[in-house]
Amino acid sequence: MQRRYVSIWFRQLLSDWQLIRRPELSEIPFVFAAPDHGRLLITAVSPLAADAGITLGMKAADAKAICMGLEVLDDKPGRAEKLLRGLAEWCIRYAPIVATDEFSKDGLLLEVSGCPHLWGGEKSYLKDIVSRLKSKGYTVRLAIADTPGAAWAVSRFGKVTPLIPGGEHPQALLALPPEALRLDEVILARLRKLGFYQIKSFIHMPRSVLRRRFGEAFLLRLAQALGTEPETLMPVVIPTAFQERLPLLEPIRTAAAIETAITRLLKVICDKLRAEGKGLRKGILTGYRLDGQLIQVTIGTSAPSDNAAHLLKLFQLKIDQIRPGLGIELFILDVPRVDDLQPAQEAIWSAKPGLDDGSVIRLLDRVAGKMGPQSIHRYLPATQYWPERSIKNTFSVSEKRICDWRTDLPRPTEMLAAPAPIEVMALIPDHPPCFFIYKNTQHQVVKADGPERIEREWWLDEGEHRDYYQVEDDRGRRYWLFRSGHYGSDQPFKWFIHGFFA
Amino acid sequence: MGNKSELVAKLQQDILLWQGFKPASAASAERIGLGAIEDAFPGGVFPKRAIHEFITLFPEDAAASDGFIAGLLSSLMKDGAACAWISTSRRLFPGSLSSFNVEPERIIFMDLATQKDVLWTMEEALRCEGLAAVVAEVDALSLVESRRLQLAVEESGVTGFILRKNANRTASTIATARWQISPLPSVLADGMPGLGFPRWQVNLLKVRNGVPGSWVLEWSDQGFLAVTQPQVQTGWQNDEQRQIG
Repeated sequence: MQRRYVSIWFRQLLSDWQLIRRPELSEIPFVFAAPDHGRLLITAVSPLAADAGITLGMKAADAKAICMGLEVLDDKPGRAEKLLRGLAEWCIRYAPIVATDEFSKDGLLLEVSGCPHLWGGEKSYLKDIVSRLKSKGYTVRLAIADTPGAAWAVSRFGKVTPLIPGGEHPQALLALPPEALRLDEVILARLRKLGFYQIKSFIHMPRSVLRRRFGEAFLLRLAQALGTEPETLMPVVIPTAFQERLPLLEPIRTAAAIETAITRLLKVICDKLRAEGKGLRKGILTGYRLDGQLIQVTIGTSAPSDNAAHLLKLFQLKIDQIRPGLGIELFILDVPRVDDLQPAQEAIWSAKPGLDDGSVIRLLDRVAGKMGPQSIHRYLPATQYWPERSIKNTFSVSEKRICDWRTDLPRPTEMLAAPAPIEVMALIPDHPPCFFIYKNTQHQVVKADGPERIEREWWLDEGEHRDYYQVEDDRGRRYWLFRSGHYGSDQPFKWFIHGFFA
Repeated sequence: MGNKSELVAKLQQDILLWQGFKPASAASAERIGLGAIEDAFPGGVFPKRAIHEFITLFPEDAAASDGFIAGLLSSLMKDGAACAWISTSRRLFPGSLSSFNVEPERIIFMDLATQKDVLWTMEEALRCEGLAAVVAEVDALSLVESRRLQLAVEESGVTGFILRKNANRTASTIATARWQISPLPSVLADGMPGLGFPRWQVNLLKVRNGVPGSWVLEWSDQGFLAVTQPQVQTGWQNDEQRQIG
């Protein structure tokens, strides 16, 4: 397929942005300046300031002398890049692959192969981009051509037409200056010195001559513009294999309409997934709002699913997080993570219920979607004696235990998150307590069992061992108490309660 | 006339069926191991398609209720089914369930932030046919909330257990049975030292269409064991009027 590229050039990116934020500046000439070697150098010029003769790289003090009432604004490093990235994400509505211009950092490159016909042809496609950006306040020039290099050149230096038909970009380049080839200043100076003011004056020269004079980088740029050397764009958002977009005729604002849109997207994407034998694990719904904001909601499943009804339920839990503002004009559903779908076996009788039952998985997805995945726990035995570490949390429902649960050692049904200190009367050296006070209640111990000594794992933490006793008081209530360490040292609290037996 | 009484009997049978009780003929086959307590329920069968409410005022009572529920779960989850345990401040130690013949890894714990979340999750979980039982720890439960849960249970047939920490006994809920489990001194044969099997005072405070009562149970390694010897009455069963709803 013939590849087509669009280059968008923001002629005054920073000053346009400033005018959108502060419309009152439209009557005043202003510049952006950044400190450099102890003076302020101008980094961006507004149209009014440019008319007064101020150029990039001028000292701010000089500019103030030239132009009365010039406003000098601070330029933060990286602001233009950030702005450009935001614009690039906004432009994903026009094509899936959008890259920021790495050479001059004031434009975007879009690979639009197969996209313009959706807008009714390349002419109306370009028109739509220009008018939309203009309505937001950005002045742009753009061009469409077979190579990114040619589109870049024509958007900045073209004087005839921005629309270069397929295969005609070499001719379009001929009349342009060598700056249109994205060259270093050193090479440009050499070209000018030799009197090459247009591309056509050197394009037909032998390659060996050009290489000797201007180096390999020059030849690469020339080849990229002509299309003999491939150029790859680095998309700001890497398009996923499963993506579905739904442009809306009119912006929507109601929850019911959003739900309908999601239903449609899910239906298409689930058919696609089913055809490939895949199931969704993670889905991202992006809404493009009229005011240029993007809103995203994410769902995840604990097992691959191509069930549109189930996925819709997961999205329904999040619909209230979608703030439509003035209205949403485009929805994109991305599926960044898919897994192979295990084909469900046709069961003659209903399968044995269990953790991997479909309805349980769907329940977990719903709870994780609403309450967060960190709220769900499942425990497996760990090969450790220390009570707090004798169980370990697992995130998957399919993980099997590697050792058996122990039933030979008594463990309390309810365990306190942290052992609570108690006051105890006990015979030394290793008798169980005969009396203890917990939360101002006195307990007379009638029966007791123990001690069970559990040593601390010295390679994990430091501290005393614990001697655990099961005790039962006069009313039949059973507790798990322990003494920390040996008698003899003068610590204030030696005895703790750690749990309640059934 | 005979026709009419037959009709009434049929209707009563239907109502029982909706409330989660199986007809008496199926009862003998499906005992849950509670022994004499099961006879307190209509038809002599433990209602699985129902909400059971446990009143736990003290942590000791909560531990005893946990043990009793774990004993019930061991027979409810016999066929490999899963269970959900929903709570805001869970103290249950999963490792202890194995001594009640329950595999702790088949229980999914959901630890949530608010009571509202617990009720939402419990309703969702009760609608899920793949689960055998759902246990939820709540502070209080209103009539409307309990009715929603009961409707969910009737659809799916999942058994719901509610551990209620609020002492308000007059709060009317739609639960089929209201229990109170409190620990009793364990008994060892021949005055041996140490602790015996966990022993509980099981009070069935309220049961729909059944006979409330009070029993003493023990959990041995095999299952519930009824203790027949007379016990000292504990708790607030005698001094207050019991409500039967």
